[in-house]
Parts: sequence; C-alpha cells; structure tokens
Amino acid sequence: MAAPERSVALPTAGDGLAEHGHDPDGGGHFGRYGGRFMPEALIAAVDEVAAEYDKARHDPEFLAELDRLQRDYAGRPSPVTDARRLSEHAGGARILLKREDLNHTGSHKINNVLGQALLTVRMGKTRVIAETGAGQHGVATATAAALLGLECVVYMGEVDTERQALNVARMRLLGAEVIPVTTGSRTLKDALNEAYRDWVSSVGTTHYVLGTAAGPHPFPMMVRDFHRVIGLEARAQVQEQYGRLPDAVLACVGGGSNAIGIFHPFLDDEPVRLIGCEAAGDGVDTGRHAASITGGSVGALHGALTYVLQDDDGQTVESHSISAGLDYPGVGPEHSYLAEIGRAEYVPVTDAEAMDAFRLLCRTEGIIPAIESAHAVAGALRTGRELGPDALLLVNLSGRGDKDVETAARWFDVVDAAALPTTEPVHDDAAAGEREL
Amino acid sequence: MTSTQTGLDRLREVFSTARAESRAALISYLPTGYPTIPGSRGLLTQTLDAGADLVEVGLPYSDPVLDGPVVAHAVETALRGGVRTRDTLDLVEALAARGGRAVVMTYWNPVLRYGVEAFARDLAAAGGLGLITPDLVPDEAGEWLDAADRHGIAPIFLVAPSSTEDRIASTTAATRGFVYAASTMGVTGARDTVATSAPELVARTRRHTDLPVGVGLGVRNGAQAGEIATYADGVIVGSAMVSAAEHGRAAVARLTTELAAGVRGNHTGR
Repeated sequence: MAAPERSVALPTAGDGLAEHGHDPDGGGHFGRYGGRFMPEALIAAVDEVAAEYDKARHDPEFLAELDRLQRDYAGRPSPVTDARRLSEHAGGARILLKREDLNHTGSHKINNVLGQALLTVRMGKTRVIAETGAGQHGVATATAAALLGLECVVYMGEVDTERQALNVARMRLLGAEVIPVTTGSRTLKDALNEAYRDWVSSVGTTHYVLGTAAGPHPFPMMVRDFHRVIGLEARAQVQEQYGRLPDAVLACVGGGSNAIGIFHPFLDDEPVRLIGCEAAGDGVDTGRHAASITGGSVGALHGALTYVLQDDDGQTVESHSISAGLDYPGVGPEHSYLAEIGRAEYVPVTDAEAMDAFRLLCRTEGIIPAIESAHAVAGALRTGRELGPDALLLVNLSGRGDKDVETAARWFDVVDAAALPTTEPVHDDAAAGEREL
Repeated sequence: MTSTQTGLDRLREVFSTARAESRAALISYLPTGYPTIPGSRGLLTQTLDAGADLVEVGLPYSDPVLDGPVVAHAVETALRGGVRTRDTLDLVEALAARGGRAVVMTYWNPVLRYGVEAFARDLAAAGGLGLITPDLVPDEAGEWLDAADRHGIAPIFLVAPSSTEDRIASTTAATRGFVYAASTMGVTGARDTVATSAPELVARTRRHTDLPVGVGLGVRNGAQAGEIATYADGVIVGSAMVSAAEHGRAAVARLTTELAAGVRGNHTGR
C-alpha cells in the first residue's frame, strides 16, 4: 500500500500538553493510585513543579519553544515504519513500528527531558539531577542540560554502570557527573532513592528530572503529557496511511513512560486494545522478574501508590530483567489504574522471548532495537498470531539498541567472548574521557 | 500509668513532665534489628535507662529515602538480618512492659502492607504511644488518622523549613502528641551545626499550634541539645545514636547521659 502524501500537519509536542479530560484529581490520584507518598520537605518543591507546569502548558511561548526543540533538535515527528518482513512472523498481522529509536539520543526519553529542562529554566533553577537505569534517561537529561546550560548530576546503580558502560561514557562526554549508587540492590530503585536524597538537600537550586511517568504528583501526569506526542503522531500517521485505527497498541512497561505516551491518545478509542509488555525476566513464576502489575501487589513506592514488587512485610523486592531500563520494582500509577479499570492489559514477556524478538527484528527489518523495546515487539508477535492476518498492530519502538550490543552479543554468543571488552577497560575509557574534557 | 490512659495520653505526659521540670524532652532513635534484634532491644533499653524520655523505634524499610548513610546502613544491616514488621511491635511491647515510652518511626509501605487498621490496633496493644511517618503527609493519611484516633495513638507528622504556612497549619492540625520539626533541608545525619532554620521553623510552627515541638535531623552532642532545648520542647537524636550504637551499649549510655544533661543544662523554659 502506498502511503499518500501527508495532507494535514501532524500534532506536535505542545498538543500533548493540551487539556484532554484524563487528568488525575487535584492530589494526583488516578482512581486510588498515585498521590504523594513523600517527605513533607519535598512537598513545596513538587507543588512548585505542578504550578509551573500548569502555567507552562497554557503558555503559547513555552509550547512554541517545546515544539521548536522537538522538531529542530530532537527530530520529531518520528516516522511509522511498516515492518513487512517482521509481520510474516506474526501470523501475517501487519506490524507498524513507531520509531522513537530515531529521535536524538536514541529513545523516547528526549520528549520528557526537553520539556522538564525548559521547565527548569522557567523556574529559575540552574541544576538538574536524574536517575537512570539503562542510561537512556541519563543520556537524554545530560543532553538537554548541555543544550540549555544546566549543571547535571545523574545517579545510576553501580550494577547498571557496569552493564551500560557505554552510556556512562556518553553522559560524561556530555558534561554530566555520573554517580554510581552502591546502596541496596545497586540498580534503578536505589538510584531513585539517591536522587531523592540529593533533591531534599538541594531543592532551592535543583530540579529533579524524573525519568518516567511515576513518582509523586505531578510527575506521572506531566511526564505522560510530554510523551503524549508519541501517540498523537502515531494515531494520525496510522489513520492517514491505513485509513483506520490499529487493533492494538503495544509498548514495553518498566516505569511505563513510553507506554503511557503512546497509549494515552487512544484511551477514548474503545475498540483499540492497549497492551503493556512487562519484563518477566526468567518468568513471573520464578520470582525473578520485573513485572509489577502481572506479578506484584499494591503499595507505596517512590512517591506513589501503585503496583510494586514487595514481600509480606512491604519491603521492596529486587527486580530482575535482562533490560536495565525495565529492571524496576514499580510502575507508573496511571498504568495501575488502567489495569484496574480494564482499559489496558499488561502481559509478561520473558528475557528469552524478548531476545528472540530482538534477533528477529534485527534480521527481518535491519533495526537493532533496545532490549526494552524488544519486549513490545515480542508482545506484538504473540498478539498478531492471536488476532490473525487482518490485524493492524502499532508497536512503540521506544529506543535503539546500540547500548545493548554487548549484552546481545553475549546472549547470542555471536562473537568470541574473549573479544568482548571486559568491564574494566570500559571504565578506564570513560574516566579518560572525563579527564580530557 | 493507669489502664484507662491511651498511648496519646502517655505521650502528652512525656512533654508535660519535661515542661514541669523546665527542660526539653530527650528522644532517642534506634532501628529494630540493629545490630541484631536482641541487640537493638538492649540498646533501646540502655538509652531509656540513661535518661531518654522517649524512644523512637525505627521500623526498617528497604527504601529509606529520607535517611543518610548512617541510618540507611543500619537499616540495611537489620533487613539482611531478617528483621520483620512484627519484631518492631514485639520490641515496643518489651520496652513498654518495663515502663519505657516508645513511638514507632516508619516509612509508610510496611504499614500499608500490614494493614492500616491492624497496625494501629497492634501498636496500641503493644503499648506504643504513636507513629512518626516520614513519607506520609496528612493529605494521604485519611484512613490512618481514623485508625490512630480509634486506638488512642498519636499520628506524628513532620514539618520542614520548606513547608508553607498553609501546610504547617494543616499538618499540625492533623498531628497529635508532638510535632516533628525536621531542622534541615536534607537527609538524616549528624552535623556540626544544626541549621539556623531550626529556631525559625519552631517559631513558625508555634504560630499554628500549641502542641509540643520536637527538633530532629543533625543533633549529635550535648551542647547542640542544650541549644535546641532553649526553643524547642523535644530534642530528637537519630544518626548520632546509631553511630554510638556501632560501639555498643556503653557508648549509647554515654551519649544519652550527655544529651540528657544538655536538655536540662541550658533550658530557659518557655
């Protein structure tokens, strides 16, 4: 099918911030989820963010500047690719890929950080901090900080600095300070704890650029709105190119920012199924997974009431996933709400399924996806086989896989293990880079 | 103590007694299970015997976002040792049985998981006087406020230097027993100086409530305790007490004695 020339302009990032009737209540609650479970010391700060965001989303100048950066700097709109050869493996269902991997910095994360960095400048703050798992959000934050002249500190679990050494180097090249976090499980959740600890001491000068649609109000709402452009564009693109809406929209869910961004503009399109693919690690029944909705229970973590992985005493349980970006024992509160009301479905995808989909996408489409995004591809292959050849599936390809090449090479044993860099020299390279800059 | 007294009544007594003696109350924090469960019981008993008017028994939690390295490390140690929620309630019961006055300090999720009503009931039954909740603000505390009221224990909330007047008003309105004034914008940890923001925060808090005000975050020695006692009703010592605990019961006793003298020494009354 030949795609016709674009007849109308696509929605823009600024359109994502417009009123849409799906905001939480004044306290940030989506049903019973969300809210603010956080120290009083930070309430004034999140109130300030909420007030500033409310002004910004109604300020034509802010929206114009956001649109300009998303277009001229990040490269929006991102295209939708008809994955024809991949589709042959999905029972013939047609799989369309929303190409967030083609954004500047290689993932959807740039949508949020450009918005929050502009907000930081509006608030008169000069320093940003961020947590990062896979490093994609850290890289995006470091990028936006460099662009807007902000000081940037990124907290990253020590385990993640090792498995994502390339992104550590990237952040340092961009002028950010990367602080490896050695407490707790030394992964994303501990990086979040450390970022909160920094923020409570530095809130006068610092904005916390939270990387996913989670945490205390207004972050779940605001981060979602900055990512709504994904779904707004994709909805228009699919409708224009295929004359109808997709049967299902799929995205991977860790914290869930790329998923809520692509799902949200379809909320009122009742027949469109929304399918979140959670990281099932070794399998939900093994206990070694990161599937908070499928395999967790309701609790308060990092500022919101939501599904979390916890033990009988409410202690957070360590999550497991081959994908650092999904390796988090909680999920954004709006996903918990969408699961509860049945508007979205959340399905588990194991490491092995995700890696099979990763390889298939590489070999059928010439696209090396982020392992995070490969979970959504796996979900689409499954859904396609279920729905059959008439189905039209939209997948959020949220990031590119350059950062995961080493992990994938080890998984598939495609190079002599001795030829792969060990952790040590990578660290040395990063340190050397920092010294020279 | 009489059987008709609620936990909240006995918490009020802590402060009325101190006030009658023209001094501030000394409040010591130590987490359950550090270094071991019996060890924490010994340390808490020690600080009570050496002059603490009230203890805050910390319920260990895996993600203590408001705690600095000293407390975070102690709590991690306790969790690695297998401490459970029930152990904190048992510890409170053991302390109360020998006349010790105890409140519990906990992040919110362990209480949510235990069941808000059940936790209030069991804490009251154990003889606990109240609950300090560093990551629960009154805005989210509806169910907890009802349960605490039903069981006669004090919901204790924090105010911070960044709190607006409106928030100090609403927070103190929901608080019973005493208000916890977090002196510093930062995580827990002993500091050489308690921020200059502390007297101002206490003064601002007093404009909204007649409740006693306890000052915590950063207190580490008798001189600081004495200084705080000139303007606050309670001096709360956490990280410094945990650091002392690393060196055993004698160190906890020594620090408590010094602090107890401090809250008496310089106190000029209100």
